[in-house]
Amino acid sequence: MTWSATARGAHQPDNTAFTQQRLPAWQPLLSAGIALPLFFCAGLAFIGLGLGLYYSSNGIKELEYDYTGNPGTGNCSVCAQAGQGRAPPPSCSCAWCFALPELFQGPVYLYYELSNFYQNNRRYGVSRDDAQLSGLPSALHHPVNECAPYQLSAAGLPIAPCGAIANSLFNDSFSLWHQRQPGGPYVEVPLDRTGIAWWTDYHVKFRNPPLVNGSLALAFQGTAPPPNWPRPVYDLSSDPNNTGFINQDFVVWMRTAALPTFRKLYARIRQGNYSAGLPRGAYCVNIIYNYPVRAFGGHKRLIFSSISWMGGKNPFLGIAYLVVGSLCILTGFVMLVVYIRYQDQNDEDEDEQ
Amino acid sequence: MEREPAAAEEPAPPGRRWRWRRRRRREGRKRTVRSNLMPPPGAEDTAAGAAKGARRRQCGGAQHLADNRLKTTKYTLLSFLPKNLFEQFHRVANVYFVFIAMLNFVPAVNAFQPGLTLAPVLFILAVTAFKDLWEDYSRHRSDHEINHLGCLVFSREKKQYVNRFWKEIHVGDFVRLRCNEIIPADILLLSSSDPDGLCHIETANLDGETNLKRRQVVRGFSEHVSEFNPLTFTSVIECEKPNNDLTRFRGCIIHDNGKKAGLYKENLLLRGCTIRNTEAVVGIVIYAGHETKALLNNSGPRYKRSQLERQMNCDVLWCVLLLVFMSLFSAIGHGLWVWRYKEKKSLFDVPESDGSSLSPVTAAVYSFLTMIIVLQVLIPISLYVSIEIVKVCQVYFINQDVELYDEETDSQLQCRALNITEDLGQIQYIFSDKTGTLTENKMVFRRCTVSGIEYSHDANARRLAKYQEADSEEEEMVPRGSSLPQRGSIGSHQSVHIMHRIQSTKTHRRTGSRAEAKRASMLSKHTAFSSPMEKDIAPDPKLFEKVSECDRCLAVARHQEHPLAHLSPELSDVFDFFIALTICNTVVVTSPDQPRQKVRGRFELKSPVKTIEDFLRRFTPSRLTSGSSSIGSLATKSTHKSGSSFLSTLSNNSTLLRLEERLGQPTPAITSNGYSSGAEGWSPEPAAREQEPERELEQAQEQEQELRYEAESPDEAALVYAARAYNCALADRLHDQVSVELPHLGRLTFELLHTLGFDSIRKRMSVVIRHPLTDEIYVYTKGADSVIMDLLLPCSSDDARGRHQKKIQSMTQNYLNLYAVEGLRTLCIAKRVLSKEEYACWLQSHLEAESSLDNREELLFQSAIRLETNLHLLGATGIEDRLQDGVPETITKLRQAGLQIWVLTGDKQETAINIAYACKLLDHDEDIITLNAESREACAALLDQCLHYVRSTSPCSTPEKTMDNMSVGFSPLGAPSTSTTSDPSPSLVIDGRSLAYALEKNLEDKFLFLAKQCRSVLCCRSTPLQKSMVVKLVRSKLKAMTLAIGDGANDVSMIQVADVGVGISGQEGMQAVMASDFAVPRFRYLQRLLIVHGHWCYSRLANMVLYFFYKNTMFVGLLFWFQFYCGFSASTMIDQWYLILFNLLFSSLPQLVTGVLDKDVPAYVLLTEPQLYRSGQHMEEYRPRTFWLNMADAAFQSLVCFFVPYLAYYDSDTDVFTWGTLITAIALFTFLLHLGIETKTWTWLNWTACGLSILLFFTVALIYNASCATCYPPSNPYWTMQILMGDPMFYLTCLLTSVTALLPRLFFKALQGSLFPTQLQLGRQFTKKSPKKFNAPKETFAQGHLPGEMRTEPAEQKSVSTSGPLSQDCTLPVSWHTQQPSCSPEASGEPSTVDMGVPLREDTLLAGLSSQTPGSSMPEEAVLEGCPGDSKRKPTSTSRTTLLSSIFNLPTFSSLNWISSLSLVSRLGSVLQFSRGSLQMDKQDSEFLPSAPQPEQDLKRADHGLLLGASSRDCS
Repeated sequence: MTWSATARGAHQPDNTAFTQQRLPAWQPLLSAGIALPLFFCAGLAFIGLGLGLYYSSNGIKELEYDYTGNPGTGNCSVCAQAGQGRAPPPSCSCAWCFALPELFQGPVYLYYELSNFYQNNRRYGVSRDDAQLSGLPSALHHPVNECAPYQLSAAGLPIAPCGAIANSLFNDSFSLWHQRQPGGPYVEVPLDRTGIAWWTDYHVKFRNPPLVNGSLALAFQGTAPPPNWPRPVYDLSSDPNNTGFINQDFVVWMRTAALPTFRKLYARIRQGNYSAGLPRGAYCVNIIYNYPVRAFGGHKRLIFSSISWMGGKNPFLGIAYLVVGSLCILTGFVMLVVYIRYQDQNDEDEDEQ
Repeated sequence: MEREPAAAEEPAPPGRRWRWRRRRRREGRKRTVRSNLMPPPGAEDTAAGAAKGARRRQCGGAQHLADNRLKTTKYTLLSFLPKNLFEQFHRVANVYFVFIAMLNFVPAVNAFQPGLTLAPVLFILAVTAFKDLWEDYSRHRSDHEINHLGCLVFSREKKQYVNRFWKEIHVGDFVRLRCNEIIPADILLLSSSDPDGLCHIETANLDGETNLKRRQVVRGFSEHVSEFNPLTFTSVIECEKPNNDLTRFRGCIIHDNGKKAGLYKENLLLRGCTIRNTEAVVGIVIYAGHETKALLNNSGPRYKRSQLERQMNCDVLWCVLLLVFMSLFSAIGHGLWVWRYKEKKSLFDVPESDGSSLSPVTAAVYSFLTMIIVLQVLIPISLYVSIEIVKVCQVYFINQDVELYDEETDSQLQCRALNITEDLGQIQYIFSDKTGTLTENKMVFRRCTVSGIEYSHDANARRLAKYQEADSEEEEMVPRGSSLPQRGSIGSHQSVHIMHRIQSTKTHRRTGSRAEAKRASMLSKHTAFSSPMEKDIAPDPKLFEKVSECDRCLAVARHQEHPLAHLSPELSDVFDFFIALTICNTVVVTSPDQPRQKVRGRFELKSPVKTIEDFLRRFTPSRLTSGSSSIGSLATKSTHKSGSSFLSTLSNNSTLLRLEERLGQPTPAITSNGYSSGAEGWSPEPAAREQEPERELEQAQEQEQELRYEAESPDEAALVYAARAYNCALADRLHDQVSVELPHLGRLTFELLHTLGFDSIRKRMSVVIRHPLTDEIYVYTKGADSVIMDLLLPCSSDDARGRHQKKIQSMTQNYLNLYAVEGLRTLCIAKRVLSKEEYACWLQSHLEAESSLDNREELLFQSAIRLETNLHLLGATGIEDRLQDGVPETITKLRQAGLQIWVLTGDKQETAINIAYACKLLDHDEDIITLNAESREACAALLDQCLHYVRSTSPCSTPEKTMDNMSVGFSPLGAPSTSTTSDPSPSLVIDGRSLAYALEKNLEDKFLFLAKQCRSVLCCRSTPLQKSMVVKLVRSKLKAMTLAIGDGANDVSMIQVADVGVGISGQEGMQAVMASDFAVPRFRYLQRLLIVHGHWCYSRLANMVLYFFYKNTMFVGLLFWFQFYCGFSASTMIDQWYLILFNLLFSSLPQLVTGVLDKDVPAYVLLTEPQLYRSGQHMEEYRPRTFWLNMADAAFQSLVCFFVPYLAYYDSDTDVFTWGTLITAIALFTFLLHLGIETKTWTWLNWTACGLSILLFFTVALIYNASCATCYPPSNPYWTMQILMGDPMFYLTCLLTSVTALLPRLFFKALQGSLFPTQLQLGRQFTKKSPKKFNAPKETFAQGHLPGEMRTEPAEQKSVSTSGPLSQDCTLPVSWHTQQPSCSPEASGEPSTVDMGVPLREDTLLAGLSSQTPGSSMPEEAVLEGCPGDSKRKPTSTSRTTLLSSIFNLPTFSSLNWISSLSLVSRLGSVLQFSRGSLQMDKQDSEFLPSAPQPEQDLKRADHGLLLGASSRDCS
């Protein structure tokens, strides 16, 4: 630093573009003239996108059935009635039969849908212990307080998995039967129950506790199943890769839904003859009806859906794009009118000058 | 975070804790100070070294006096955390945020991980703490620097003065200070190298006054001939306890023998002042450190809250209400929801931990509290921090603006208040001081009247005009040299003198431009008030001739009995006049680079005359007997009777001594026998003189260049320099004598008997001297004309002499009025010859008064009044206080910007009015209401009258009792001027006394109402208190934003009261600056500060605040809509981390960049279109309407941003946090796009910030989502973002949602931009249309120097502006081709001709220029359609000025002016409306035409009246 008080302009500020606020700048001026092409371009682009989305959404087929069992809606109402008031509800099964006149283009996914089920309820949503679910032995035996009142069983044993989410695990099960020819035998359609959860959930986030003597049951020794569960967690499936905390149904359930009406993937149909989709014919879904939803006005649905690049069927986005695109075009026209009139005025002004 | 910088404080010297704040209030009302050198009883600490000895302070232990260590820091290492936190929690916002964070720790209601909510609060607190710490650290560093300044302290061990640090000085220490050293503590002056025991100090650091103050050694110590020895000092000093009164110090010193001597302010050297002109002084420290008066006066920075912030706080309250409403709504919803599902055994319902289900009411209460936590973002926690950051940046940019940098003083604008930058954009009223603010406070001698004859000093006027043209200095010499012969009377001396002038101008020419010369004079700090402009005065040839004649005559006649009698009365007056100019002051003569040393002989007695014996001794020739024998012995006892004996002249036998003196040899030997040189500067040997006039002149010249005058006020310096220009140079001033150098007479030394200093009540000062030529006792008095004129010797009209005298008086009075009209500061010079008896008689009472203890001041005052009577008028001077550069332009611009400018000045009415005209504050074609009332009733009546007048807006209807002819002159003019609604408002001039009445409770409303109607208000003769009262009144009653600008101590109160205080860091120095929020080097910088920076700051901050509210509301809206789908359970779909970090991290940077850098309108457009400033005044950017519109838009956007994803993901298997992340991303994009719509200028920084913001979000999200599979319960977002980003739906939804959300805003903005553009938008459009045209003037514009080319560009730009609604002002309907008709007599006689509105000044100029600049006149060819009002107004001004010019010539007008003042005496006052159109014609013609090559667009209109007046005269 060479400056001193006597140097010429010692206190003179730097004359740089930044300090003098003279940085080169783009100065858009919002007016009809500028907005006009913007609106038209955006409108056209949106309409194009909207059409694409609309058609691809339309290409997705969906087949859904409400099996809640409200009175007069098919045979599941029996089960619904039977389950009323009894805790644990007796095992009951019902069926949903439908016919496909033509091939249901695959890959076909089987979803169950619950509505009016507030998985996003705050006190429900926090009632879990991720550490426990990741197989941490210490957490297994000491679930976090958030799990209360499903933290410890009445006997004082830690509940595994703890918390309200796990406790309310959806426990209906489905099997799909296909009748190729009318009157023919029903063949069970293989449902791929694996790969329905996120890969990371299944492989990273959810882990079973380390096996004790090669046995998962022993690993869970000293814990109690959630009160609503008829079976302990290590008994969820016979497949050792699909039981315990890494049972995929469980993993899917534990990913709480965003909205009170939600779907969860139950199975994928992609094996054998059904890899291309569901061939035409009669089908029956055998439903083992366990899950009580009628008490709080909930609904249960079964959905067969094909899938495209944009996921499941959702016409909204396409329509929304079309609407917004049209709006853009419309406003563009308004702008055009404004612009032309404004331009005239300007010209007049200039003429006057 | 807080710790780290705290460690930086470590370098604090050890022993800091040792000094641990000993701040006990001492008992008693007095402080006793003893020498530290006296051995403390019992404690003899011999082993201690010098340093330790210094610390062994006041070992007595009873007194804990502060040492001299300066400590302005607030914190220590230990106390920082608690103290800073304590201070921070004084902010309600912080308490609120902490409350929220604490709430989150309650398990039942917690919404997030408890620690997480603390994060933002801690962040905010940490940032603020860091800022505080940094400030404290820089304070500490400056303290440290000051504490380690060195000074000489007497050490007991070493028995000599040793160097010590300032901080080691203690009360009771002896300090030796040398010339130009800064005083380290409040020190009682005990010894000075000055033989008179004087010491000069400069108090600029304290009060900003650059003149030297005189301090005196304590009485009793000045007698010490040998050097003062601290070891012998055993007296005890008793004084008052430390207080902050700079002007007062009382105490006494008790000597060993029990004698007491009083101590006064004159004995105290205050900390912070600088020793000047004194070689060395010794004193004892009385107050040290924080007990010094300087530090007690230092009252830290102020905290002001800007208007915008207040409004913002109000809106924050709305947000709180909204928050409570939302939470309540949610709580009720949740209660109902719980109640609905209570008994349903719903699987998602979670019972209490004990298994019982929650009652709906409890659930609702919990939900309420949780909602408050969840929605806390609505209260923008980061807003406060962001605002602080933005303001700091704004301050940085203002500081850095090169166009606010003043090259002359090498200073830039300082922002002293950091938090009111945006107030600059909303100012409605400007209160300005006049002297030093509008004017330079550089007093330049302009004209004078001697003995009734006026000397107009035309050459001087020309010279001043030259200074106006800054840098064309090389040509300056030629006209100056040639201008003098025009007067025709060039004596030989004058030609020599001209030579000399040229030489002296060369000396400063060498330094280059005027700016540099100024800087050079600023840098040579030894001299106050002496820019070349003030120094070099071109004398009036006639007067110069007369002075030379006097000189010659006296030189010849000097040895005769009555040398002065040989002069004609007029010449005698001339001679006395210049002698008075030279010596009737307190100017100190110094040579540069040296302290004032007296090497010449001096009287053995202290002067002024102290005792009667003193008087006797001095006025009896007894002392002369030793030196000369020609005077017969006069009995000393007969002094009183033999007055005539005093008339005896001294013989010229002291030639030897005189020669000695002339040679300038140091004669220390003579000083020992004091009186040997008693006759020292008596007249020099005439023979030698006459033989070598050339040599003498050269010598004088040298001396002249060498000597510097240091005056207490710039006026004094101006007069002394003026006298010097007439070769009557002040050569030396000692305490008891003053020498004047004359070319022929040589050095005349006057014995200075008394100096009766200036005070504001007497408004005059006098010196009593003994004239060396006649040995008579003369009183020279200099003072305000109003006072002096009343004190003149009443002259009988019988004899011729008396009649002549009377005539002189009336003529002088006339000229005085003329001077006042010209805006000059007038002073009258008078003299009185005292007979010895009269003097002796007066002296008797004066000495009594001086020695009186009780009411000394009062008695001295009386005594002075007794002396200053029966004066003989010598003449009067007119001193110009020049306008600062660019003041009229600035005022015009500020006016256009809608600012009302009030000038509050202590000056008298005429001067103030004329300065106001000069700076275009008053217009020549507007009416002036003058309010001069002598009583409250009169004031009330006048106010009513004025109000009536203003309401009726017809000047004819107002009673004009005193001026029938005036009203005749005006009556045809009133109607048209009122028919135009744009600016018919008159201006108000009010004097101090009326102001005092008007400010009383019952009248203030009327006064304000009147003032509000007026275009400008001028308060004359107002006291500092009145100034602040006016500001306070306007501020509180009109609820207006006020700005006060001033430069002096008298403006401090006003500056403090106003919303924004601006200090001018000019001549008068620091006091106003210390009190101000902003300090500018010049008044003209106010224009850029307000119109550009003020506007920017306001618009930026307003937009940012609005954006903040929008952002938070919109974000909270998302969460709120979600409650409808989660049972109002206060659940969030957005991950809590995003929720917390979103405001702080992801979306904060772009808005900060925009808030700091965005320029809605470029600077040059703002400057050319000052009316754009009104948007800030009317709070257009941020007002309740915009706020609520903004909130509505936020609500809409949040609806879109929630429901589009809702519908898009309805019935899907998406999970809550994936969906939430999507919404977060959408919100981010929407925010950025919204900001994009709001951002007006996109620099690379904006792009970067936006890009960075997006990048940051995705990076952080990706890292966060990949970092830990099981952490962050309950959201547990593992791999969410990764999955989401692989989904095309994510992008499609983002695109659709953001665009849909912003569609309406974009639509309306675009539509509004086209259909109903605001002024600001139009301003921006001009930029677009003609960006290149602005480039050329851009550089030069704000410098105040408008080059010739500038003329065309703004005009062109204006012509564009008239196309839009912007041109409300109907400026400039100008065509160059219409000039001819306007000059024809029939056109000027016909008031309805539109062509009248031609700025003739430009015409005349362009007539010459048009051939050179054909291109420049092109744009003007377009004839614009003027407003109808315009076409009417201009003719009126024409006719008005013609009428006036035909009715009045100047002298009659000035008498009219006095009629108005006479009417004041009639205790009723009068309402006075007149136009000054013709008044200043002469002056303006001569003054403005030379500078006319820089016409300012905006001035055209203001000039019309004047110009038309001139033209019509020319044409007729």
